[in-house]
Amino acid sequence: MPGLEDLYREIILDHYRAPRNRGELPVPPAHKVEGFNPLCGDEVVLYLVVDGDTVTDLKISGQGCSISQASTSMMSAAVKGKSVAEARRLIRAFKALMSIHESKLEGEADGDALAADLEGVRLGDLEALQGVVKFPVRIKCATLAWNTLQQGLDEVESS
Amino acid sequence: MSADRTIDDTIDVARIKADFPILKQQVHGKRLVYLDSAATSQKPLAVLDAMDRYYRETNANVHRGVYTIAEQATQGFESARGKVARFVNARETAEIIYVRNATEAINLVAYSWARANLREGDPIVLTHMEHHANVVPWQILAAERGVEIRWIPLTADFRLDLTNLAELLDGAKLLAVSAMSNVLGTINEIRPLADAAHAAGAHVLVDACQAVPHLAVDVQAWDADFVAFSAHKMCGPTGIGALWARRELLDAMPPFMGGGEMINQVTLDGFVPNEVPWKFEAGTPAIAEAVGFGAAVDYLSELGMEAVRAHEVQLTGYALDRLEQRFGDHLTIYGPRDLAVRGGAISFLFDGIHAHDISQVVDEEAICVRAGHHCAKPLMKVLGVPATTRASFYVYNDEADADALVDALERAEKFFAF
Repeated sequence: MPGLEDLYREIILDHYRAPRNRGELPVPPAHKVEGFNPLCGDEVVLYLVVDGDTVTDLKISGQGCSISQASTSMMSAAVKGKSVAEARRLIRAFKALMSIHESKLEGEADGDALAADLEGVRLGDLEALQGVVKFPVRIKCATLAWNTLQQGLDEVESS
Repeated sequence: MSADRTIDDTIDVARIKADFPILKQQVHGKRLVYLDSAATSQKPLAVLDAMDRYYRETNANVHRGVYTIAEQATQGFESARGKVARFVNARETAEIIYVRNATEAINLVAYSWARANLREGDPIVLTHMEHHANVVPWQILAAERGVEIRWIPLTADFRLDLTNLAELLDGAKLLAVSAMSNVLGTINEIRPLADAAHAAGAHVLVDACQAVPHLAVDVQAWDADFVAFSAHKMCGPTGIGALWARRELLDAMPPFMGGGEMINQVTLDGFVPNEVPWKFEAGTPAIAEAVGFGAAVDYLSELGMEAVRAHEVQLTGYALDRLEQRFGDHLTIYGPRDLAVRGGAISFLFDGIHAHDISQVVDEEAICVRAGHHCAKPLMKVLGVPATTRASFYVYNDEADADALVDALERAEKFFAF
C-alpha cells in the first residue's frame, strides 16, 4: 500500500510551507480567477497577467490542504514567463500525469497524438505530485490549480 | 472531575466491539479505529444476520401476497415499523413512514406538506447549524414558491442564540431545526423551541438524524410535528430511514410519489390514495433494510439509550480533556464544552494543518475521521473555517480509541511542523 512519503514528498511540503508567487495583483491589468473544490473547501485564487501571448506575471492566493496549495505554488513557478501555448501544454501534461485525459483515448492513434503533443514537456518538480495518483480522493486537490489556470487562460483569451 | 464524569457508564465496550465484525479487521496492519459514526455507524452482527436471514428465508414482495413467505416478509417489514415507532414513542405505528433516509424524510415534508400549505412570503425558520438536508429543500421551495427563510444564529459557545426567537417566529409557518448538530455536537432542547413555534402558529420539523442514534428520543415529549431520522446512523443499514409525523398531518397531506402501494383505487380517471403510512410509500420498499432497521432498534433498545448516552458523555469528556491537554492552543474545538449539551461529534482545526492532511495522516494508523465541511457549508461560513476534522464516537468506541486519535494527531503535527 502507498505510504505517506509517496504523497507528501519533501518538495511538496516545501512549496506548502513556503509558497512561491504568493500575493495579489491589481485588477486590471491582471485577470483574477477563482477555483473551488466543493468537496473539501479548497480555494485557489490566481492573478494572471497575459501580455501578448506570454504569461508575464502570476500571483496566487487561497487556502486549502497541502496538496492543493503546493500544487498551486508549483504551477505558478512552472507557468510564469511561459507562453500561453506552453502553459496549456503544461496543463495537459499535468493532467496526463494525474491520469486525466481531456478527450477519450480510443485506440492508439489518440494516445500517440497525446504523446506527440506532450513530447518535450518538462514537468520537473511537478513530477513529485505523481504520488497523488495513488490516493484517488486527493487528485482533485492537485488539479484544482490547473483547472483554475485553464479557466483563467480561457477567460483572458475570450475577452 | 465534573459531575458529568461520575455518570455510571454501564456500556461494556469490549463486549460491544465483538458484536461488530468490521471492527475485528485490520487496516494497514493495524486495529481499525472507527471515529466517523456521525457520517454512518457500523452494523452489529444481529443486523447483518437479520437481513441475511430475510433474503435467505422469507424474501418476497410485501403486502397482497397470500403465500406463506410473502406473509412472513410483510410481517417482518411491518413489525420493524412498530419497533421504530416504539423506539421514538410515536402515538401509533402508522405515524412512521419509511423513507430512504432523513434527507428524503425532510424532502417529503417539503414537497407534500409545505407545497400544500405554504404561500409566497410565508416565513420558514432554520438555524445556522443545519445540515444541507435541512437547508436545501427549503431553498428549493423558496426559489419555487417565494417563501422567506429566516435564520437562528449561534452564540459564542456554539449553541442557538434564541435572543430574537419571538421576532424570527413571528408569522412563521415552520421551524425546522436539528436536535443535534453533526458538526458541533450541540444538542438543541426541542420542547421549548416547539412550544415557542406552536405559540406563534408554526409547525415544527426536527432533523433527528444525529439525535435518535445517541439519545432517548420521545417525539411526544418534544411535541414536534415532523421528525426525520436515518437507520444507517443507528447501527442499521443504509437505504432506509423514517419520517415520524402527527397522524392528522399525514392524513391531510397529499401523496409524495405516485405508484404501487400508495393507492387504494386506480381507474382510468384517477386514483384514491391508500391510508397512512402506505400513502407515502410508493413502489416496492426497502424490505430487507426495514428488517435490518428493526434489528438495529432491538440492538440499541437492549443496550438502553440512557446507557448509550451516559457512555458517550463519559467518552466525549475524556477525548476533549485529552485533546486540550495534549495540544492546547494549537487545536481549536468547534462545539460546546458543556457535556450536558453536546453529543459525541468533535470538530476541530489544527493550527496550520488542513483537515484533509490530518485525515490522511491518521488514516495511516487505521483511524477513520472525516475532513471537510460535513454538509454544513453555511455553518462553516459562520465559523469562518473552510473545513474541519471531525472525530465522532459511538457505543463501540472506548478510551483506547480516543488515545489512538491523540497519538496519531501528534504524528500529524510533527509531520507538518513548520
